[in-house]
Amino acid sequence: MAVITYRQALHDTLRAELLRDPNVFLMGEEIGVFEGSYKITAGLLAEFGPERVRDTPISEEGFVGAAIGAAMLGLRPVVEIMTINFSILAMDQIVNHAAKIHAMFGGQCAVPMVIRTPGGGGQQLAATHSQNLEVWYAHVPGLKVVTPATPADAKGLLAASIRDDDPVMFIENLALYNTKGEVPEGDYVTEIGTANVMKEGEDITIVSYSRMAAVALDVARRLEEDEGIRAEVVDLRSLRPLDRTTVVESVRKTGKAVVIEEDWLSYGVGAEIAATIQEGAFDYLDAPVRRVAAAEVPLPYAKPLELAALPDATALVKVIHETLDATRFRG
Amino acid sequence: MPAASRKSRSTARGAADQAAGASATTGAGSTDQLATTAADRLRGEPADRLRGYYRMMQLIRRFEERAAEMYQRAKIGGYCHLNLGEEATIVGLMDAMAPQDYLFTTYREHGYAIARGIDPGRVMAELFGRTTGTSKGWGGSMHLFDTEVRLLGGYGIVGGQIPPATGAALAITYREAPGPDSPAVVCLVGDATTNIGAWHESLNLAGIWHLPIVYVIINNQLGMGTPVEKASAEPDLYKRGCAYRIPGVRVDGNDAIACREALRDALRKAREDRAPSIVETVSYRLRGHSVVDPARYRSKEEAQRLLALDPVAAFRKRLIELGVLTEEDAARLDAEVDAEVDAAVEFADNSPHPSPAELFAHAYAQPVPNMPRALPGDPLLPVE
Ligand SMILES: Cc1ncc(C[n+]2csc(CCOP(=O)(O)OP(=O)(O)O)c2C)c(N)n1
Ligand SMILES: [Mg+2]
Repeated sequence: MAVITYRQALHDTLRAELLRDPNVFLMGEEIGVFEGSYKITAGLLAEFGPERVRDTPISEEGFVGAAIGAAMLGLRPVVEIMTINFSILAMDQIVNHAAKIHAMFGGQCAVPMVIRTPGGGGQQLAATHSQNLEVWYAHVPGLKVVTPATPADAKGLLAASIRDDDPVMFIENLALYNTKGEVPEGDYVTEIGTANVMKEGEDITIVSYSRMAAVALDVARRLEEDEGIRAEVVDLRSLRPLDRTTVVESVRKTGKAVVIEEDWLSYGVGAEIAATIQEGAFDYLDAPVRRVAAAEVPLPYAKPLELAALPDATALVKVIHETLDATRFRG
Repeated sequence: MPAASRKSRSTARGAADQAAGASATTGAGSTDQLATTAADRLRGEPADRLRGYYRMMQLIRRFEERAAEMYQRAKIGGYCHLNLGEEATIVGLMDAMAPQDYLFTTYREHGYAIARGIDPGRVMAELFGRTTGTSKGWGGSMHLFDTEVRLLGGYGIVGGQIPPATGAALAITYREAPGPDSPAVVCLVGDATTNIGAWHESLNLAGIWHLPIVYVIINNQLGMGTPVEKASAEPDLYKRGCAYRIPGVRVDGNDAIACREALRDALRKAREDRAPSIVETVSYRLRGHSVVDPARYRSKEEAQRLLALDPVAAFRKRLIELGVLTEEDAARLDAEVDAEVDAAVEFADNSPHPSPAELFAHAYAQPVPNMPRALPGDPLLPVE
């Protein structure tokens, strides 16, 4: 297996899908001549031409909606929205249209499209450019929402999303683009709707997704090496549909759970996971399910403030220790 | 033309004045056909076609009146917007479209669906929420859909249809070369809808990408209770494409032939030259915004004036004057249409309601693991 970056995995998968299926085309702001704000589409305009790598004006509602119409006629548009913050301008087309058309018209017309867009804070981009809005979309039946954490899942889930017949929100994270990992070669597809146990363990379950799953894995490895704590890490990968079973099975084994997510705490993924655990593993729990998430403020620019607001490994380790202490595990 | 009989400075009111006599264009070559009078236009038409137009107008009229009645009898739920006053526009526009063309509409679309060839029974069944409806009871009055006749949806969110319609035109350019048999897209919008952002973004996309699409503005003079001049800084709505170099024409929406010719011309430019354009049809919404709206914002005199402008009655009278129809022919067609609408109601009423067992049937096109299937009160996870 080759070790490549998350960015490279996305790029290579887009290229492979463009080669595989003539109905696949890309559209978005600055994806062609400029090669993408984050260079995911570098070189693709030169290889595939302006019909298949289509630059759009700054009209999120317009071009996302246009992708819907193209998908209704059987094409497979892959739209890039520069960052998830700008997807808000396309919210009507995503929520009221892409998510509804198949059901509302009695199953006559699928909308096979992908919206790729990065979220995430920590880049000193301030409040409007640092958000994690995936739960907004994960709330909506009719959408599928995936959040790959590793280069391998970036590849496998992107291929699955492009081949899927439903509208998929494919949510990347700015801080993951340069991360590296092993990526299987050849045709590789990850099933949407399945979580991944990134690391097995018996002592506590850490549930996460996207960038925080990478943080969680790192923390789990260190805790095992340094303190002998064997944490299991569940990467949700897909927020809609949500693989509740994998989470519940893990917690039935460990009896303890912590959720870490980069978005705001209230109404977040952690709330959904905690509810799932208390319903599916209530009798197995040795301690309350804890959540680690962002402080509930518009994210500030100044580095000390930004750092204070975002969840990180330190916060996760603290909460893991507190959870274990509550069960006298450590002592 | 009745529409031309009232002079007014307000462009929305005066629209038909211009439209009846001459085309109003912004950059599009003026069409000679539109310059002839409405009466001349009728004389050039084969008699059986005109009788067909009358029959369709009357069918839509009676269908809508019966829909209102069925709504009062609680056979129909939700919002229900009628095409009363729009019949001539519908017949003209739908006759201009070729079978390969795609149609996207607003929520005020029963008549378009019928004129596009969908059986009125299936339209009524959708209003009734039955499995035999055009959207199998999932959409209701505002969301008719039929891939067979390429009606790609009625849309209840104002302006929601405009970006997808534009994207459908993009898909056409992706697949086909321009030419007389190439498909094009017709996207209907209301007058008030030309104030929404999706309209402007989409016109710009159609302009830069040279898309085969015609945006038809159904100017019925009102958006709910708001007149055009109060909502649009440029109330000459056909000019609203000028910022995108998209030409527009305005025609009298009570003149079916003028509507047909304007759209046909625009569609030709869309198919062959990949040139998007706007057609504005000016007619009058004869009743409230929806069946439950008593339209109190309209004075008694105004309501009277509008009834006198009824396009179906006017067309009937004109055809009789021209000798195309006799009173007896007209009465016979009326009776035929009444029977057809009765049959539509009966079909809808006898059709099955969808079963709750199918609740999750359409939320997604492609199943994947862990799809939610819980009903309210069900456990989150399967119970062991
Ligand atoms: C985005 C949005 N805003 C508001 C509404 C409520 N609404 C429904 S129809 C309508 C008026 C539209 O008028 P117009 O475009 O002239 O079409 P008409 O109803 O006259 O056919 C409004 C405000 C809506 N459905 N969608
Ligand atoms: Mg209107």
